[in-house]
Amino acid sequence: MIRRPGRVALIGVLLAGGGLLVTSALRDTLTYYRTPGEVLADPELARERVRLGGDVVPGSLRHEGDLVVFKLTEAGHEIVVYQRGVPPETFREGESAVVEGRLSTDGVFRSDHVEVRHGNEYRPAEVGPSDAR
Amino acid sequence: MRATTVDLALDTRGGAAGRRTLGWTAGGLSAAAALAGGFLAPTDAAQGPAQRLMYLHVPAAWVAYLAFGVVLAASVAYLIGADPRWDRFARAGAEIGVVLTALAIGTGSYWGHLVWGTWWAWDPRLVSTALLLLTYTGYLALRRMLTERTGSRDGDRPVARPAAVVGVAGFLLVPVVHFSVLWWRSLHQQATMLAPERPPIDPRMGLALLLAVAAASVVALCVLLHRVVRLERRRSVPAATPADPARRAPARVG
Repeated sequence: MIRRPGRVALIGVLLAGGGLLVTSALRDTLTYYRTPGEVLADPELARERVRLGGDVVPGSLRHEGDLVVFKLTEAGHEIVVYQRGVPPETFREGESAVVEGRLSTDGVFRSDHVEVRHGNEYRPAEVGPSDAR
Repeated sequence: MRATTVDLALDTRGGAAGRRTLGWTAGGLSAAAALAGGFLAPTDAAQGPAQRLMYLHVPAAWVAYLAFGVVLAASVAYLIGADPRWDRFARAGAEIGVVLTALAIGTGSYWGHLVWGTWWAWDPRLVSTALLLLTYTGYLALRRMLTERTGSRDGDRPVARPAAVVGVAGFLLVPVVHFSVLWWRSLHQQATMLAPERPPIDPRMGLALLLAVAAASVVALCVLLHRVVRLERRRSVPAATPADPARRAPARVG
């Protein structure tokens, strides 16, 4: 059994935790990321720090010093991203990713954090070169 | 002989034998699921070995939903009939659901670290799942608090009735958690097995996943039955010292 002060403290912690969680979460949670189309339509949206999500355009990925440069696309809209720092190992061209940062006035999105989105499709890794056609 | 879940929850020789059989079934299914998930299923092309966490994460989340479904059904049954046995099912279901939700968050967090590149994200699925955990932890805390405040035993009406109301209301969050990935933009991928048009999944992976969900369900059912019997025994023993004033004193540490 927990003593009364302990109980009050416990409930207090739970309530405070819940309140914090709800208030801080709801701000950005319901729209976890913006799409390139939304950001291009309203660049002011991305002057503050936002998350931007889309597919990494195949062929657009290259390294420039400690910058990783690629394009994110969604529904025909593209944004060039300059990412500072190493993306996760699962980061690949053609896969979906969410970057965090802000849109510069030159139209480049400068980010410092990459999260890789993955789909709900699961298939085995190619077994060997014999599989490749 | 027909054995229903309720018969299996009886503290009788028949009930115990049934629970033992169920325990062996659970063990067998778990072994099969471990073999299928660990060896039969191929390594995923995009995610590598990390994808195998799916065989823990998805069953944990799914069976947590089921456990909260038990809380809902038992709470409704209690509100209708006021049979204390349903209250024991509700409490046991909530305990199992809380543990499994925590497990789902833990495995999901590790999976996220490996594949997304982050342990946690303020994403609708993750946040709603955390709220679900908080809600049912609160449900259990409420039971404890009412037990102490009213001086009654867990399972008595002053505890069971408010708990049943919370047990019914809390279930509202389950569909929010499940559909969060469809309703809002999320980092979390959408359902595979339960999607209206099932996206491609290798059949061996699908089999391993289904086996894992089945194993987790049967294991959870075993735990539920044992827990209900335990709670029942605890109640049927007349309170050791009914007149002991210390029992009612809230200041006691135990």
